[in-house]
Amino acid sequence: MPEENDKGAGKPTGLLGTVKETVKGDLAGLKGVLVEKGKEELAALKEPEKTQLFRSIFRVKRDETPRSRALSVLTNVFFHLHPAKINRDAVRYSYTWGMGGMSFYLFLVLTITGVLLMFYYHPTKGQAYRDILYLHHDVPFGQLLRNMHRWGAHLMIIAVWLHMLRVFLTGSYKRPREFNWCVGVILMVLTLLLSFTGYLLPDDQLGFWAVTVGTNMARATPLLGHEGPFGAQLGMTAFNDVRFALLGGSIVDANALLRAYIWHCIAIPLIASVFMGVHFWRVRKDGGISGPAPVMLESEMKEEKKGPRPVILRPSGTR
Amino acid sequence: MWGDWHQLWQIVSVPDNVPIVALLFLVPFYTWYGFREAFKHDRLIAQLETDPAMAKTHHRKPYPFKTGWERELHVWPYLMRIEFLAAVILTVLLMVWSITLNAPLEEPANPNLTMNPSKAPWYFLGLQEMLVYFDPWIAGVVMPTLIIIGLMAIPYIDANPLGNGYYTYKQRKFSIWTFLIGFLALWCVMIVIGTFIRGPGWMWFWPTQTWDHNRLDFAVNRNLHEIFGIENRWVAMGFGATVVGLFFVVSGYLMHRLCMVTEFSRKIYQRMTLLQIITLHTLLILMLSLPAKMAARLLFRIKYVLVTPWFNI
Repeated sequence: MPEENDKGAGKPTGLLGTVKETVKGDLAGLKGVLVEKGKEELAALKEPEKTQLFRSIFRVKRDETPRSRALSVLTNVFFHLHPAKINRDAVRYSYTWGMGGMSFYLFLVLTITGVLLMFYYHPTKGQAYRDILYLHHDVPFGQLLRNMHRWGAHLMIIAVWLHMLRVFLTGSYKRPREFNWCVGVILMVLTLLLSFTGYLLPDDQLGFWAVTVGTNMARATPLLGHEGPFGAQLGMTAFNDVRFALLGGSIVDANALLRAYIWHCIAIPLIASVFMGVHFWRVRKDGGISGPAPVMLESEMKEEKKGPRPVILRPSGTR
Repeated sequence: MWGDWHQLWQIVSVPDNVPIVALLFLVPFYTWYGFREAFKHDRLIAQLETDPAMAKTHHRKPYPFKTGWERELHVWPYLMRIEFLAAVILTVLLMVWSITLNAPLEEPANPNLTMNPSKAPWYFLGLQEMLVYFDPWIAGVVMPTLIIIGLMAIPYIDANPLGNGYYTYKQRKFSIWTFLIGFLALWCVMIVIGTFIRGPGWMWFWPTQTWDHNRLDFAVNRNLHEIFGIENRWVAMGFGATVVGLFFVVSGYLMHRLCMVTEFSRKIYQRMTLLQIITLHTLLILMLSLPAKMAARLLFRIKYVLVTPWFNI
């Protein structure tokens, strides 16, 4: 910038005048352009879905054409578990009871509240109980957090059972969904185990005796428990049997607490997530949710077809 | 002491028992709800069966449909809005429940102070109640394993192709009865017994009967062979094994008769492979063994049927 170099040379008025003129000119130019741009962009904000930011995230126009509706499901990672279209009767609450979705939603709630609880919890004897007291009395919303985790877990068990009842009553386990029913049974067992391992973590009398009662059954495992049939004959003692492996000791103590913690917070949620992935994926590949399907009459019963079946099925209700 | 409503309220209002109270309402409600739909479908099925012309043209669902209507809906928004609504309602419910009721916290764990009664978490109370009737290796290990295996076997032993994807009772009487007896009578009712009826020492206290911590159970449970006066250990073992074997044969035959009751069930039976029949019968007999042993214990005070040096049944 030459003006700057001339600063000391002694033409302050002239220089100042030049600068003033230049700045004034620029400002006048900017005023018109900037205000115009600003107005334009404010107007554009009324349609946020046309901004670059919005489009970079959602990519799909938001209108009510069938194409956009289908794409809003298909191009969204969270929604793409769903098909774009479903049987018109499949949204009936009287058919689905919504229990599968609710179980999954509760799993998510439990994951979030569980992670938050983990910030305040040490899986060590003595400290664990104090951490719960700390949650109750000092942590902001700590008691609410623990309550939500507890009641959410109970609700999830009920939801999973009712989901199973619904799937049974609608005969949805039948061909071609046999395998997904099995995955569901495993998920139900994992849900119960998740709840059971969490029971010990407060390290209070309730959890301690519940887990003592529960794991005492493992003593009696045939062959693998020291009080079970043929256990003693196979050399099982209280210090090498299956109960010892579960508890990391012969009584419910520090090791059992740590093991319950790791099963509860890491291992079982991971295993359950894998099975959930399979479960949801199979729902789609087996042709979407099972119905409400058209009723079949006894006179239309055919001989069971042997041999291969279609690998991927069309959603029920489509032609 | 009877009429102890205060104690009943105390049991009902234990925070951890709230889910069971909820279960008491939810399970019957949804069972009724499912059956209402089932009967709706059954009426349609009956109508279509008597009217073949209608069966050819009807859309075969009890829900309204007219030609020209879309057969499919867009998931966005018609399903998404339901899921969103369900999530909101569930969150509100959970919030309200969590604000009004605190999760239980007892004294710190103390191995020297046994809780009496010391109960498993409510969802395992069915198994704990089973401990009264069976040794731990059956009640705690074999039965849970059988429940899991049995549930997973259902799709492979149910040879009835009807009722796939819709509620019906008429077309699936046998499987629905079996499942509901298992789920309602043998699982949920056992949980309710374990929660509301079992008191200190796991003794039977009717609702509103005060828990007496000093009560002693003087009932003497005998083994079956003792009732018959058999003293020799080996003879007793042979006798017990025979009785268990007889139970399998007789109940197996009864189950077979049950599978042959109606013409429809005979038709389904025809479709089953030998492996399916054997699996079905084994699982049904094992399921029946629980109420059988319960009756033996509660009515005849029988402890074990078969006593061996290694295990007892």
